[in-house]
Amino acid sequence: MTAVSAHTLSRRHFLKTSGAVVVSFAMPPVILGSQPGTAGAEEAVPDPAQLDSWLAIGEDGSVTVFTGMLELGMGVATAYGQIVAEELDVPVRSVSIVMGDTARTPDQAGIGGSRAISTGARPLRHAAAEARRVLLDLASTRLGAPADRLTIRDGVVHRTDDTTKTASFGELIGGRHFDVTLRTSGEGSTLDVAGSAQPKSPDQYTIVGQPVPRIDIPDKATGRFTYIVDVRVPDMLHGRVIRPAPPGARLLAAEGARVLPGSVKVVRKGNFLGVVADTEWDAIQAARNLKVTWSASEVSWPAMADLYRTMRTMPARLRRVMADVGDVDAALAQAARTIEARYEWPFLSHAMMGPSCAVADVRDGGATIWSGTQHPHQLRQGLAELLNLPPADVHIIWVEGSGSYGRSGSDDAAADAALLSQAVGRPVRVQWMRADETGWDPKGPPVVTAVRAGLDDQGNVVAWDYVARNFTGRGVPPQPARGGNFLAAHLIGLAADSIDEPPNLQEAYTFPNKRRAGEVVPWPQEASPLRTGYLRAPSQPGTTFGAESFVDELAAALRADPVEFRLRYLQDPRAVAVIQAAAQKAGWASRPSPRKGVSPSGLATGRGIAYAPRGDTRLATIAEVEVNQATGQVHISRLVIAHDCGLIVNPDGLRGTIEANLIQSTSWALKEEVKFDRSGVTSVDWATYPILRTPDAPDAIDIVLINHPDLPPSGAGEPAAVATAPAIANAIFDATGARLRTAPFTPARVKDALERRA
Amino acid sequence: MSSDPLDGKSGGRVALAPGLPGWPSPLRLTVNGTAHTVRSSPDTPLLYVLRDELQLHGPRFGCGLGQCGACTVHLGGVAVRSCSIPVSAVGDQPVTTLEGLGSPEHPHPVQQAFIEEQAMQCGYCINGWIMTAAAFLDKTPHPGDAEIRTALSGLICRCGAHMRILRAVRRAAAHGG
Repeated sequence: MTAVSAHTLSRRHFLKTSGAVVVSFAMPPVILGSQPGTAGAEEAVPDPAQLDSWLAIGEDGSVTVFTGMLELGMGVATAYGQIVAEELDVPVRSVSIVMGDTARTPDQAGIGGSRAISTGARPLRHAAAEARRVLLDLASTRLGAPADRLTIRDGVVHRTDDTTKTASFGELIGGRHFDVTLRTSGEGSTLDVAGSAQPKSPDQYTIVGQPVPRIDIPDKATGRFTYIVDVRVPDMLHGRVIRPAPPGARLLAAEGARVLPGSVKVVRKGNFLGVVADTEWDAIQAARNLKVTWSASEVSWPAMADLYRTMRTMPARLRRVMADVGDVDAALAQAARTIEARYEWPFLSHAMMGPSCAVADVRDGGATIWSGTQHPHQLRQGLAELLNLPPADVHIIWVEGSGSYGRSGSDDAAADAALLSQAVGRPVRVQWMRADETGWDPKGPPVVTAVRAGLDDQGNVVAWDYVARNFTGRGVPPQPARGGNFLAAHLIGLAADSIDEPPNLQEAYTFPNKRRAGEVVPWPQEASPLRTGYLRAPSQPGTTFGAESFVDELAAALRADPVEFRLRYLQDPRAVAVIQAAAQKAGWASRPSPRKGVSPSGLATGRGIAYAPRGDTRLATIAEVEVNQATGQVHISRLVIAHDCGLIVNPDGLRGTIEANLIQSTSWALKEEVKFDRSGVTSVDWATYPILRTPDAPDAIDIVLINHPDLPPSGAGEPAAVATAPAIANAIFDATGARLRTAPFTPARVKDALERRA
Repeated sequence: MSSDPLDGKSGGRVALAPGLPGWPSPLRLTVNGTAHTVRSSPDTPLLYVLRDELQLHGPRFGCGLGQCGACTVHLGGVAVRSCSIPVSAVGDQPVTTLEGLGSPEHPHPVQQAFIEEQAMQCGYCINGWIMTAAAFLDKTPHPGDAEIRTALSGLICRCGAHMRILRAVRRAAAHGG
């Protein structure tokens, strides 16, 4: 048993709430003023080996947990509340959650990769289980009974043999330290802790697995919620940035802003240019009207029409073979018949709803920065390097932003705000304008996929050769931990990191000979509006579009039903289960595609399926479409998905996340493509970068959740986004016999495919 | 006053400032039932006055172009884009924001329906959907699904909560929202 000394809780990071965001079931999240000046050297990142770094109990018995993970609008905070309440036997409403504050929460390497629940929640669960054990030990002494004769209800310990003998959590340890050391394992995204307690087994769960309403929604629906854009600190000025036009140009002159009301200041550092003013409107107008002279562009990229050809023909910087089974080349050479096809996936913008925003206070040798980043602890390191400060003097306070889907512009906006604040010596709030966001956010990279298969004379697939390419990720690594990797840093001319990460190819078919390879081709990235970074399920929507469209092409070539054909080559029982569940829900009728008697004109209807694994999650998506063959318009009548992500924590929250994944990926499939020419990115707002709106939304979405309490949660933030485009393309083929191999499936592309169909 | 305080010419003109001759008398605004005197220059879009001067969180900047609706408020009961209306154009019309529509304790029926349907992901855009739907249902209490989709077609939700939003609006309509 661990000795417990329950002395007065004086721990700075629990009591000092200044500037912090608390997400709570019981009260609205609040921003409590600012931390004037800076963090100071005392601000060490909490030690994950201390139970007190994860969990504190107030005198009133309220529970506060501290996590380096973040809420991105999918209901993660609510799920954390359930997980902690479950282990501690307290009401969900008594749990408050502090997220993403580098001085108050352990470093879990931020959020991404669908890991908020899968790995991100593990330390909280284990810390809460250990806290429960400690509380039972304390109660055992106080109530004079061994722990096995104690029970906990709603944060109160009772003696089972004498229910008048009770002690509440608040009485046992409220306001004091646990002072318990935990064993740690892993680090960053895999960080976990363990005490001597065993967490509950899933068959004991009464809170985990329930559809608890999200804690943040009432405040969000009534305008009480505080987003990053709502953070205001005393003495704060407003900043805006002005990007090179054309991209790659050098800043030659900036003048004409000295006479604005509110004494506008122009901040210039290399090619980084910003304005700071007393009011937001003054800053906006100054940025618009400042007379700036840029040099001719020094960036070159291929014409948009040549993008995919260029990607396919460039020599690869790197090739990684991710699977190599049997002898693919020999099997292809001996095959009775080979089939191949190529698929193209465009640049996509994160196009966050709320343009990137940050507030920075950089002065007196330190910095406090409020940001909607997905990686607060890494942002701290990166900004410390950019600002030439020791990391200990940089304090990052995450505040929930507009939904973000990977390496968005949030980190770059934090760097903008930090540089502007450093220059003017006062706190500065920066929000990007819409064109800064859609035009200059890091882009999801285009992906080109080529698949080749060999068939024997019985129609069996004997070889599968699957290759995809994307761009080197120079300057926009997944995490903002280096000073050179911000857009502002590129503009100043600091050295950026180079990340060669091949595309993510996942499939699970049991072809006897198969190869999966990812290749990286070079791309000009620094100071570019076409620099590339992680966007929801990075690169997999593109690769799965290729793989699952091609599987459908194979099934059609063999006159096989697309569901039966997939099942023929899948052995993973969870893969088989999601396909069968989706097909059953959709009322799938077995037949080959395209459907018989396709008319070459008028309205055509069809259905298509795609299956995908992503990590340990499995899903199958079925699309039912109506294609107007006169206009090329595609309407989605219904999407059906069967989804298995292991143990389900909150089924209603999960449904909301899956549904939104399906809508966002339908938008990618039908509408989205970053457009560019030699003058820069030309899709810069909602008119030039249109996304799905209500008239384009499916008539219906049906979701089948497959719960696996025997398996750990495996993530849902991204997987349901990866199979939508191929399911829709396969449905268009089923309806019309026309095959779409380039996304998005705009009316013009659909009409072109209809004209080319055999 | 010009909407272009920086003319870009060298030297420029002398700016207007509060208290100096030529500065218009303070503007009065009634927001959520309370009268305010605002300091912002008359050409300032209503959105920045509500957010920066009155510290309201409901209306939000999404595009500044009237394309997304995140900044929607009611002006005399009509849903308008506050990013595109100079504060001087508001006049006597009462302004209602998401905060004024209802509270967590006493939500408006449309807010209540969004809470019951859990109709958002991040919720950054949700102000526009709720304010637009509330004004729409006021005039069209029993809409069909196609009418709802058309009425909300000027709004953007990047996360993709459309299906739940549509369910929430149908629920509010059914409950007389």
